[in-house]
Amino acid sequence: MKIGAALCVLLLSVIAVHAAEIATADRKSGFEFMGRDTQAMQTDDTSNPGMLNVLDGGALWERPEGADKKACASCHGDASQRMKGVAARYPAFDATAGQVVDLGQRINLCRRDHQKAPELAYESRDLLALSAFVARQSRGQPIAIADDARSANALMQGRKLFNERMGQLNLSCAICHDDNWGQKLGGTSIPQGHPNGYPLYRLEWQAMGSLQRRLRNCMIGMRAEPFSYGSSEFIALELFLMQRAQGMAMESPAVRP
Amino acid sequence: MARALINVPQQAKPGEIIEIKALISHPMETGFRVGHNGQLIPRDIVQTFICTYDGEEIFKADYSPAIAANPFISFFTRATKSGDIVLTWRGDNGFEASETVHIQVA
Ligand code: HEC
Ligand code: HEC
Repeated sequence: MKIGAALCVLLLSVIAVHAAEIATADRKSGFEFMGRDTQAMQTDDTSNPGMLNVLDGGALWERPEGADKKACASCHGDASQRMKGVAARYPAFDATAGQVVDLGQRINLCRRDHQKAPELAYESRDLLALSAFVARQSRGQPIAIADDARSANALMQGRKLFNERMGQLNLSCAICHDDNWGQKLGGTSIPQGHPNGYPLYRLEWQAMGSLQRRLRNCMIGMRAEPFSYGSSEFIALELFLMQRAQGMAMESPAVRP
Repeated sequence: MARALINVPQQAKPGEIIEIKALISHPMETGFRVGHNGQLIPRDIVQTFICTYDGEEIFKADYSPAIAANPFISFFTRATKSGDIVLTWRGDNGFEASETVHIQVA
């Protein structure tokens, strides 16, 4: 199985020579590449395991934290109103941080500055739960990355990382996700690599995970050394992926195989 | 208590076939995996799931280590009378979780 997958990867690197961006009309969510059972699991909120984390996140939203004993809800109120569409705009340039931040980092800025509470670790249960809860409020909303000169550099870096070959197999993200989507890699379909369902429940993980965890998986598959959680490279890649999926509907929390 | 997502109709007509769906938050640790220190991670699974309808047991399942984390179950029954539908999960380390839905049959 492993050897099979490695051979397929080698073949791919031989066939694909140019990276052409996917036309807007041809864009497809990872949802469309899944089997019917997995699709049904995602669309029914009582069978989508990601909803367990959303419920956890909803409880955290209401819970007073830190020195000032303030909850997210103390300042932001009703999430269904105030957080609608927010996740669809991240990563975004943040004036306080003076750089582009993703949703998890934005939540941690609030913990640090507004709640005076310790930041939550990447991939920790609580950060995933809060991110999933906030992202859930954007379900069905179109991805809307702002056209902002202050994030232009990060966007350019993300595009470059997506198209650049890396790792021992000398592959780029674009070779799989622009040029060979819809083909098979071993038993799995290669999706277009859109970020519209995160954080999501992956059956292979048997757990919730962030977009960065997914990107680490792809980089390990390419035999490249994964960037670290929260690195500027990952933020840039996330920003580029969101921009590439501009207008597509958010699905968080999605389910993926 | 463990979080659960329950989908049971609250109203039904007498004789109607209803679907009961339930998802419980549980790691379902198999007992076969090795942790970072080289030691086996102890088994921690749900062992049984029982559904009672107005006090009578109508469905029971025994779970095994091969079942994935956060197990989902769905089954059908016939709505006969108004009463409580109680779903109970029991497992290793004294795990127990229970959810109740009242169904009105008329
Ligand atoms: C060898 C082919 C290959 C390469 C190279 C590759 N990926 Fe992937 N990628 C996949 C496959 C296959 C999946 C789906 C895995 C599954 O469903 O089990 C995937 C999934 C994804 C997803 C998740 C899509 C969804 O619907 O949830 C994203 C995002 C992604 N890749 C981005 C990237 C990025 C960014 C890179 C470069 C760093 C990259 N991939 C490199 C094959 C590849
Ligand atoms: C003391 C008030 C306060 C608390 C508590 C607070 N926030 Fe915020 N939050 C703000 C303010 C003010 C902003 C606007 C940016 C800024 O000035 O830092 C913001 C911005 C945000 C944003 C970005 C909104 C956007 O439109 O881009 C998110 C997401 C967010 N907060 C989530 C959270 C979460 C989750 C929590 C709890 C863990 C939380 N906040 C706790 C005050 C607060």
